[in-house]
Amino acid sequence: MKETKRILLTHGSGGKLSGELVREVFLAEFDNDILAELTDAAILKLAGTSLAFTTDSYVVNPLFFPGGDIGKLSICGTVNDLAVMGAKPLFISCALIMEEGLDYSILRRVVKSMQKAAEAAGVTIVAGDTRVVEKGGADGLFITTAGIGLVDKELSLSAKKVKTGDKVILSGTIGDHSLAVLGERGNLDFRTEIESDCAPLHDLIARVLKVSRKIRFMRDPTRGGLAAALNEIARESGLGILIEERSVPIKEAVKSLAELLGFDLFSLANEGKVVLIVAPEEAERVSNEMRGHELGKESHIIGEIVAEPKGKVGLRTLVGGTRIVDMPVGEQLPRIC
Amino acid sequence: MKYLDEFRNGELAHRLVTKIHQLAGDREITLMEVCGTHTMSIFRYGLPTLLPPNIRLLSGPGCPVCVTPNGYLDQAVAYVREKNIILTTFGDMIRVPGSSSSLERKRVREGNVQVVYSTLQALKIAGDNPHKRVVFFGVGFETTSPTVAASLVKAKREKINNYLVLSAHKLIPPAMEVLVSEPELNIDGFICPGHVSTIIGAEPYKAIAEGRHIPCVIAGFEPLDILQAIYMLISQIEKGRAEVGIQYRRAVRGEGNPRALSLLEEVFEVEDTYWRGLGVIPASGLKIGDKYGQFDAEKVLDIEAEETKEDRGCICGDILRGMKTPGDCPLFKTICRPENPLGACMVSSEGTCAAYYKYGEV
Repeated sequence: MKETKRILLTHGSGGKLSGELVREVFLAEFDNDILAELTDAAILKLAGTSLAFTTDSYVVNPLFFPGGDIGKLSICGTVNDLAVMGAKPLFISCALIMEEGLDYSILRRVVKSMQKAAEAAGVTIVAGDTRVVEKGGADGLFITTAGIGLVDKELSLSAKKVKTGDKVILSGTIGDHSLAVLGERGNLDFRTEIESDCAPLHDLIARVLKVSRKIRFMRDPTRGGLAAALNEIARESGLGILIEERSVPIKEAVKSLAELLGFDLFSLANEGKVVLIVAPEEAERVSNEMRGHELGKESHIIGEIVAEPKGKVGLRTLVGGTRIVDMPVGEQLPRIC
Repeated sequence: MKYLDEFRNGELAHRLVTKIHQLAGDREITLMEVCGTHTMSIFRYGLPTLLPPNIRLLSGPGCPVCVTPNGYLDQAVAYVREKNIILTTFGDMIRVPGSSSSLERKRVREGNVQVVYSTLQALKIAGDNPHKRVVFFGVGFETTSPTVAASLVKAKREKINNYLVLSAHKLIPPAMEVLVSEPELNIDGFICPGHVSTIIGAEPYKAIAEGRHIPCVIAGFEPLDILQAIYMLISQIEKGRAEVGIQYRRAVRGEGNPRALSLLEEVFEVEDTYWRGLGVIPASGLKIGDKYGQFDAEKVLDIEAEETKEDRGCICGDILRGMKTPGDCPLFKTICRPENPLGACMVSSEGTCAAYYKYGEV
């Protein structure tokens, strides 16, 4: 007896099945060169300018968590998708799906938070839409945002530009967002001090783009975490990546909690981090520059691009052995962003 | 992190690895670990890439999810069909395919499957839903079975009568006995499970060490723990000795945990049971004893499961006995992948195939 193929929570995890879904269902129908790049934002050449354009939906549960809320997340996430493509984020649209019975004051808090995040990111929310569904038709509030940014015409970031010997830089600690949301869900029997890293990266990224013309590519390791971001870069570049485990910054509290719950830190979501691939001769300078910024204080060179094994991510472990870091499979935590 | 980073120290690891290389020389040595957490740790830290090629590490039947036969899964899936039942279990069991479905697929359709982190959480769900029956699908070795026993004692004391347990719990030492009898395996030493041993202590391995002359070392789960245990095993082999050593002294006492053992005694009875890959092993399963019979899902619920089909053309059985490695299976990485697992060794996050797939060597 064969069961009908259905959407599982895993399809939304940002890992292997999410990738399959995009390729098998969406790319198969919406076949075009711009989408086929599968970058965080599409690059549109329009009337002599270069625009970055992206959209994202936010379904986090709970709506408020240490370090952020669904409103801030919905602005920062879209701003970051634009920023990692080298764009200056400019305009945002938002669509809210509200569940019947949603507390008016909660909505006000979220919208206020969206505006505050937009101001911090230097973007203006210029269009929007609302829908209300009957009780049970949604979980409180879902938000979809889209954003447009302007890209410097000289700039061309692409995984295809990545070369053997290039360095991998990470802007700070991993796993904070996932575990902050989990901690707030109340199904742990203890409190943690972990806060989400949710933040707009446009300023940090603008700063590094100013000091180096040899940044090949960037990605923000959100759903699917560092593992997914690196695997996508390896896949798109056709080269391998070797990461030094001891160079990857992790907060003590995050490490302990992940250890306790058996989570793979490399697969946990981040909402305020960026991975950069930079030419080796400029890597130190870029990472030093990043450390001078509030959001990049813990930047580190965590590894490098290698010729083999092609399309794969390797890890030199703390004890000196080596192993693969695979694309995440399965849900570690549902609805974290 | 205090008490963890110390056991992941690169410099100490390097020193231990050098000593292992010196001591082992070119002697062919086969060591087996029988705990899924060891399997994962060995791969997570890339330990095989540090050891000399003449030391072979085999993974035994140490993943409880993997050795659970389809019959139990089919039974759990059948419970989910009932409107008045909430099925609770640990996360790993959700994705394991039974004969024709899995709990994850059932959850999509019926919705009454909940993942819990502890048996007490399952018990709380039972307390919160007095008009439903809450079944905890219990799978695991001596590490987990005492917590299930504790939940049953609590259920009885607090009269939470809608709480039931489907017990597929198993005991590790009887499986090790079966493995040493396999002439093809030629096991030279066992890396014994740390968590299981915190409960059962060192005594149950004596039959294997002294009776069968196979060195045993109870090991912790950090990379330095495992490397040290390997070093201790090779030292014994080199001296021609066979005893039960405890590397994991910070957690394991020779006599185990008497309170946990008395809980097991109170609630469970030992029975012969079927292991995927190993067949029926005498006195290796735990069923709920008569004193707690009112909480035994198999006794209380009369819900028929579909006919069980075991064979999927995969070689899980041979892998669980350490006879073959995942690379020998024609389905590995081709049809059987973590996102579409055919065999239990791929489904469980502690399964041998999942470890090979996820961490493979570089």
